[in-house]
Amino acid sequence: MAVVDQPKPSIDAPAENVLTASGLTGETLTLRVLKGVPGEEAAEVAYQVPVVAGMVILDAVHYVQHNLDTDLACRWNCKAAKCGSCSAEVNGRPVLMCKTRVDDLPAGPVTVHPLKSFPLIKDLVTDVSRNYEVNREIPPFTAAPDDGTPWRIPQQDIDRLYEFRKCIECFLCQDVCHILRSHDYSDRFYGPRFFVRVASLEMHPKDVLDRRDQTRDQGGLGYCNITKCCTEVCPEHIHITDNAIIPLKERVADVHWDPVRFVGRKLFGRNTD
Amino acid sequence: MAAASEPYDTIECDVLVVGAGGAGMRAAIAAAEAGCSVTVVTKSLLGKAHTVMAEGGIAAAIGNVDPEDSWEVHFADTMLGGQLLNNWRMVELYAHEVIDRVLELERWGGIFDRTEDGRIMQRAFGAHSWKRLAHVGDRTGLELIRTCQDKMVHTQAVNVCMEYTLTSLLKSGDRVCGAFGYNRNTGGLVAFKAGAVVLASGGWGRMYRFTSNSWECAGDGAAMAYEAGADLLDMEFVQFHPTGMIWPPGARGILVTEAVRGEGGLLFNAEGSRFMLDYDPVKKELSSRDVVARSIYKEVQAGRGTPHGGAYLDVRHLGADYVKRKLPSMYEQFHALASIDITNQPMEVGPTIHYTMGGVRVEPETAATTVPGLYAAGEVAGGLHGANRLGGNSLGDILVFGRRAGDAAATFAKTAGATRVIDDAQIGAEQAALLQPLGGDANGSAPAENPYKLHEDLQLAMQDDAGIGRSEESLQRALAAILTLRERSARIRVAGGRVLNPGWHACRELTNMLTISEAIVRSAIERRESRGSQWRFDHLEQDAEFGKINFVTRRGDDGMRVASVPVPPLPDRLRPLLERSRFYDPAKLPKGYLTETVPAVGTRRKRK
Repeated sequence: MAVVDQPKPSIDAPAENVLTASGLTGETLTLRVLKGVPGEEAAEVAYQVPVVAGMVILDAVHYVQHNLDTDLACRWNCKAAKCGSCSAEVNGRPVLMCKTRVDDLPAGPVTVHPLKSFPLIKDLVTDVSRNYEVNREIPPFTAAPDDGTPWRIPQQDIDRLYEFRKCIECFLCQDVCHILRSHDYSDRFYGPRFFVRVASLEMHPKDVLDRRDQTRDQGGLGYCNITKCCTEVCPEHIHITDNAIIPLKERVADVHWDPVRFVGRKLFGRNTD
Repeated sequence: MAAASEPYDTIECDVLVVGAGGAGMRAAIAAAEAGCSVTVVTKSLLGKAHTVMAEGGIAAAIGNVDPEDSWEVHFADTMLGGQLLNNWRMVELYAHEVIDRVLELERWGGIFDRTEDGRIMQRAFGAHSWKRLAHVGDRTGLELIRTCQDKMVHTQAVNVCMEYTLTSLLKSGDRVCGAFGYNRNTGGLVAFKAGAVVLASGGWGRMYRFTSNSWECAGDGAAMAYEAGADLLDMEFVQFHPTGMIWPPGARGILVTEAVRGEGGLLFNAEGSRFMLDYDPVKKELSSRDVVARSIYKEVQAGRGTPHGGAYLDVRHLGADYVKRKLPSMYEQFHALASIDITNQPMEVGPTIHYTMGGVRVEPETAATTVPGLYAAGEVAGGLHGANRLGGNSLGDILVFGRRAGDAAATFAKTAGATRVIDDAQIGAEQAALLQPLGGDANGSAPAENPYKLHEDLQLAMQDDAGIGRSEESLQRALAAILTLRERSARIRVAGGRVLNPGWHACRELTNMLTISEAIVRSAIERRESRGSQWRFDHLEQDAEFGKINFVTRRGDDGMRVASVPVPPLPDRLRPLLERSRFYDPAKLPKGYLTETVPAVGTRRKRK
């Protein structure tokens, strides 16, 4: 088409500093990515990536995909730390790749490995489906049938729940938790993410269910020995141990270890609350 | 046409929902509650859809903070914000029903910030007359998606296929009867047979260089609908959000929520002048998004931009505690990505591609497209927002029309007969096209093309020539670039196999984005005026004639066709409502059917 060669109208051209600022720093990053599929020996592959100001690890992985290896698998969606898709272990630490800046890491090569606690599918992608099964097992929010909306709820109650509702399900807490990572108790232990979920339901002022027995029996709450690794890796800064797990442990203890209730249970059955 | 050459699995259901954002999940819940078996197919993991990116809130005239508010005012604000190109019936249904949808979310366990007396809190937002957005901090989209997700996974009869990509709709005669695609984690090909299909696949921003959109937003659903013969409406209207991050380069385009301005954030140019006072003295920073985005652009063009080519957005006067409480994720985002503490430094912001007003043309009541058996809801559908969407109207949109689409699809699936016959030849053709990029060397002497490189070229063409400001020349340039890329895309080849191969996945996304980009550009060429998000440097004024028509894109025998259809005029009973908006000004009414002739009472349109 003839119009291709016409010069741009001047008003169309963005100001010089808008598009030309590529931000290249002149440095090169060595990215060592663990590549592989189940049944094969996984191996680190080194890629050389030009560093851009403010670059995050996900930017570097994208550079590799676009320019060096279109078959390198990784999950990502929002690239704004809001969806929790791009979880990986960078230099051995579970992080969101979209939030991990290259200039915050020590100089030298950077390793990027998949989450270790989940079965590998390919390269940086692991099978996290167990988490979705656990979520199904936890009874959902349930209000009393006769408790009609609109509701009046104090802001203090919302503030308490809000911390738990910030969870973006990146599953970094599940990855780092030694009950899952070292002991592989995923069949008897819900994991930190789902204790946060149970806490958000149990502490909702309009919820009427009691999930304490289930959290103890099927959820394995007692296995947690409050090492706080989950809290440390949470990109949303949720105080998982202090604000979710410990209060849940106290609530479970109330049911099971209160001597008056113990006697009541022996005499009248389980539901003495 | 050859029969299918590769084996494939078949999954059958009454209603197939494409997409698991707010619209898809709300549709799935509705269809399941109507007694249908439902399969939801999502490109990502559950709960990761673009809905999580919505920050500000859900616009609903509950009137908890400003009792003057009502659905009528919400209706008027939305119509005026859309420059009267909206489908008025969709807006009417929306403004009415969104109130119930918000209360329903609360009933499902969703939380909202509260007023002092414990009712749902509402915040101010651009071009809304009253404080209207129900919200929780600045993470309302996450709350919506998590609430719908928990409701849906605990609803019987809903089956979720995560990380499946659909590549085409299947038809039996003129009717849609399913879809074809593949499971990315295994590489296995799958045909879905369904009585009805709900498209809830979201919008498209990734054909632009700087966008707040996530990986998912490639327009797959709209492109599949187009290929299946459905009409696309208002494709020229692509919303630039005025405030995206502009530095560092990797973060460029990431959204800075309008809630920053809703909570009192102010915009300044590099000279320290609060320029919105000049561009819109009434609404100021909370003018509609098209106006604020253009104002920032003009300031930068005039040499008053910040060092990285934007404007300053300042919340320091609000106090550190308030900022951290009401805008926590903005505080975190700037801290982590830009090393900026927004409680003592201003943010640098500039326009970023954010939302697509246009989309698949639908019936207001049922969300039915122009193809029988196919429904569309949420950002993939067009009509509700007209030429410009108001903030807070998308989270409401997905709930109201997601539910309506699910209901209508369920009804269709139950009554339209059970002829869910799949044509093996259709599948054969689709398989051949889908697998072609994996097929070794490209034919002929031309070198093989890298899908990512073509994508980057498309982004530059769209950003420069079909972006915030356009002209006939720039749009023709964009069209030529798209057509050239379309030719080159026939030669894309990628290494690797079918299992989790992002390069292979990018191939079909690219061709979808080329289709949608062509629709955007061809429609933008036809609309020779400036209105809403469409800003034409060569036609700077609104034109009353263009205020009476929407442009429809459809597939013709020899390529893409753009045709005009009349905008359904507001019925007399709703016209007086426009005056209820605080921003109604009879002298500045959008030019179109209201400013010229007075149509005869009781016009040909059917009344509900």
